[in-house]
Amino acid sequence: MKKRAAIPSWVPTLLFAALVFIAVQYASDREIISRYWSQVIVFAAVTSISALGLNLIYGFNGQFSLGQVGFYAIGAYGSALITKDFSKNPWSGDPIGALCWIMAAQIGIVLVLLAFQLLHIGDLNKSLRKTLSRTLKTHEASMICTLVTLVASALILAAGYYATLGLHWVTYRLMSALFTALPANAAKNVNFLLAILNGGTIAALVAYLVGLPLLRLGSDYFGIATLGFAIMVYTALQNSDLVIPTMKGARGMVGIPLYTTWGWAFGALVVCIIVLRNLIRSSQGRAIISVREDEIAARAMGVDVTRQKAVAFTFGALFAGIAGALYAHLYGFLHPSSFNTIKGFDPLIIIVFGGLGSMTGTIMASVGFALLIEGLRVVLPQGFEDWRFVIYPILLLIVMLLRPSGLMGTKEWGWLRAPLPPERDIPVPQRALAAQQTHNHGEEA
Amino acid sequence: MASAHSLADSTALLDIRDLTMQFGGLRAVSDLSLSVPSYGLHGLIGPNGAGKTTVFNMISGLYVPSSGEIVFDDRMINGMAPQQISHLGVARTFQNIRLFKDLTVLDNVRIAYHQHAGYNLIEAITRLGRFRRQERLLTEQAQDFLAVFGLQDRQLELAKNLPYGEQRRLEIARALAVRPKLLLLDEPAAGMNPNETETLMQLIRFVHDEFNLTILLIEHQMRVVMGICEWITVMDFGQVIARGTPDDIQSNAAVIEAYLGKQFGKGLTPDVAAS
Amino acid sequence: MNNAITRTALRSLVWLIYAALGVGIVWGVVHLVQMNGPVYFAQSVIDGLKLGFVYALIALGYTMVYGIVRLINFAHGDVFMVGAFTSFFAITEYGWGFVPAILLAMIVCTLLNVVIERVAYKPLREAPRIAALITAIGVSFFLEYFTALKWVFSADYITYERPFEVIVWNIHGVLITNITVIIVGVTVALLLLLTFITNRTKMGKAMRATANDKAAARLMGINVDGITSLTFAMGAALAGAGGTLYAIAFPQIWTFMGVMPGLKAFIAAVLGGIGNILGAFVGSLLMGTIDVMVVSFVPNGSRLRDMFAFLILIIVFLVKPTGIFGETQIEKV
Repeated sequence: MKKRAAIPSWVPTLLFAALVFIAVQYASDREIISRYWSQVIVFAAVTSISALGLNLIYGFNGQFSLGQVGFYAIGAYGSALITKDFSKNPWSGDPIGALCWIMAAQIGIVLVLLAFQLLHIGDLNKSLRKTLSRTLKTHEASMICTLVTLVASALILAAGYYATLGLHWVTYRLMSALFTALPANAAKNVNFLLAILNGGTIAALVAYLVGLPLLRLGSDYFGIATLGFAIMVYTALQNSDLVIPTMKGARGMVGIPLYTTWGWAFGALVVCIIVLRNLIRSSQGRAIISVREDEIAARAMGVDVTRQKAVAFTFGALFAGIAGALYAHLYGFLHPSSFNTIKGFDPLIIIVFGGLGSMTGTIMASVGFALLIEGLRVVLPQGFEDWRFVIYPILLLIVMLLRPSGLMGTKEWGWLRAPLPPERDIPVPQRALAAQQTHNHGEEA
Repeated sequence: MASAHSLADSTALLDIRDLTMQFGGLRAVSDLSLSVPSYGLHGLIGPNGAGKTTVFNMISGLYVPSSGEIVFDDRMINGMAPQQISHLGVARTFQNIRLFKDLTVLDNVRIAYHQHAGYNLIEAITRLGRFRRQERLLTEQAQDFLAVFGLQDRQLELAKNLPYGEQRRLEIARALAVRPKLLLLDEPAAGMNPNETETLMQLIRFVHDEFNLTILLIEHQMRVVMGICEWITVMDFGQVIARGTPDDIQSNAAVIEAYLGKQFGKGLTPDVAAS
Repeated sequence: MNNAITRTALRSLVWLIYAALGVGIVWGVVHLVQMNGPVYFAQSVIDGLKLGFVYALIALGYTMVYGIVRLINFAHGDVFMVGAFTSFFAITEYGWGFVPAILLAMIVCTLLNVVIERVAYKPLREAPRIAALITAIGVSFFLEYFTALKWVFSADYITYERPFEVIVWNIHGVLITNITVIIVGVTVALLLLLTFITNRTKMGKAMRATANDKAAARLMGINVDGITSLTFAMGAALAGAGGTLYAIAFPQIWTFMGVMPGLKAFIAAVLGGIGNILGAFVGSLLMGTIDVMVVSFVPNGSRLRDMFAFLILIIVFLVKPTGIFGETQIEKV
């Protein structure tokens, strides 16, 4: 039996978190650290959120994904659209236009997904195929099934489209009422909160839709497909001005309000950590981990592997979206090149450094990563700034060669550790395995 | 260990009809029919490559059969997803132990209880509602279960750190935690010495009596199969070549031929052959 | 009774769908050809194949290395870039001709890749697979940013001077240059050489054995480490040639030029079925053709070409998850 600490593990963790929050807040308020460095710290918190999401996907669920940056970008641009409108013309024009459309579209998509579920389109397809294959050849039956499914899907999608239009009307009324009722400052904060949440949910929704077909692929193939997804998002963003002019495409989106403070970032990080920790340390979380450990054994033990993968992927993307939203409002400027393939490796590098399957490691590595990249800028002498990304990969190589399984391995600290089962005397049943005695003796000898 | 009831008068828990599995050009199982009555210990034997594990994989839903039917508990289960089949009450172990190696012994069993968790995702994330009570209940259940198998002191050990024999025991315990009606054991005695094998036989008998379930067992060690099984089915080249009580099988010419070749067709028992 | 009627009705519906699909496809192709004339169409196909042949040279390196060590060697695209720069220096600084320049590029890349393998991958043979992937990303960054330093290659676009005059043949309006001929010639020659080595020599047999089962190969007395290095070397030689040819075809080079072609070549290898040499070749031709076709025929195609490349990859994955020539794997239980 492992020994139990006298104080519950959440006490030191809470104290530590409070200390960090107050220290950084105090230091930036009193300008002990410059605005630049407090931004770096906020950025570290933001990166942690995205990396934690990827750790859920890859570290805990074992699905090698290179697509995290795509969800990060979706969250960033989605939320920026919402707040940019709102901050630019709060009293004239259409401050909540983007917000309402984004919300309505999301609810619409969820409704369409629900309709597909409730109408059992998949089962319908299957049973129709069975009926038809009695009279027709296989390819003929599948042709008709495809046609029927397509028509049914088109009908549902059309219904979803009109539902979205209706939902927009409803959302618009609700949001207008909400924002006129609130005082200006509170309205701004509520708007930012909604932007963050929407950034997260759009990313999660896209992840669910993309993940459904892709998660069937094997590990490396899934990685490549998600890399493809990330590059598609990047290309789409470069050409976003073709569809939504405010996104400015390859010129970069400017004029996003600088809402992200240390408080917002830290709060979001804490919420994300709590959600992730509680998820992992539950029956659901154990099922997620079992997929990483041995997919086949998990299936045989009754774990719905597809569902667990979808849950992990969606939650991971939710975190990336939230992180993206915070990032967008940290610097007030978004450019597709912040979300290219090279940047896309960052979260992966962070979680491998911290240790796959260690939340503590991810947070530590994120902070280390942000400080290293920015720190090199300060440490290097004049004229050697270009060496930053030469030294960084060398350090990367050295660390990887020295610690191939990351800083923390799968270890955790404090409240993040797996809770020990409650102390109790386990009753040994009367009819316990008789062979047990002889067996244990054999080992001790 | 001879059983009182015969094959004919008990209802079949598992009924396999004309099952075929085709991998490209290879027919691993062809037109196999097999009926497993409730509450018995059944052996499935045959030379390497006879298709025994493939049959297990089809029963547990990991492979989708090319044709044929698998009826379990009066329900057609071929083509169902493994988790659905598991929910209906089929559990299995694997030839080369497949534990969740980096998880604790306790977690290995708790994962098997996953479907009976009794709280949803939101309750888990917020730690509200039924979560605390159900999680404690789940843990205690798993601990009690481990105690039945003498693993209660190992509950916080990582599965990969257990000795081989205990890993086998844990794998069987984990499978039983699914609360199956049918337990499939794939070569449980593989890689064990005679002492460990003896312990294992006791364990299997214990499980069979204690949990009142049907066991279907693949095994190469004749000592195990002949020692504990009531009924034996022999497979070769994807087909059933013989079935009956251990005594019948030992004197069956077709079986001896499958194991040893034609010249031994008469006069040798597989017991001698396998030793 | 009315079963027969239903059957006939359904069947005719099916054939109607087939007919509609057929007409649609034919109409689509005809429309595509007619849109800018058949000459334009043929020109696009030829340009696409030209690009595809260059992709093939890169894709082979990816596919061979993946086949042996199951590593997505992200640094491969940057080795390709080094090949382009090596030949650039050989040609402009020292006035070398095409043949010695391409040979030099191949040799330099070979040495570079063997060094990379020794330093960054070999020590991690026993570590988790992801560790080597991270170091591959690290090496990739290093090559890109190190060569971008002012006193190495600098981060600017550099115009590549071709070592020969461009000759253009006009065949019924379709323009074919000697560059295309050289690219096809060199690629085919190298491919034949590679096929010969892997299929006919003892070394090739050892390579195939190592790809199939490393432990068994070692037991058979094959020097697995040597074979792994050899694979990296061969892949790099092809990439070096590819870099030179790419630079000759599209004469502008810079230190990040390897990223996108590298990724696309890799995608092409996966498209064909990774680990399969023929698959990598066919996948590359497909990828090159699609690339150019999108630019030629899709509105805003030049801006959206990367999106289409990956969209096609995802579609292929959904239909056949192991690529066109990939073997469907049965998971052993």
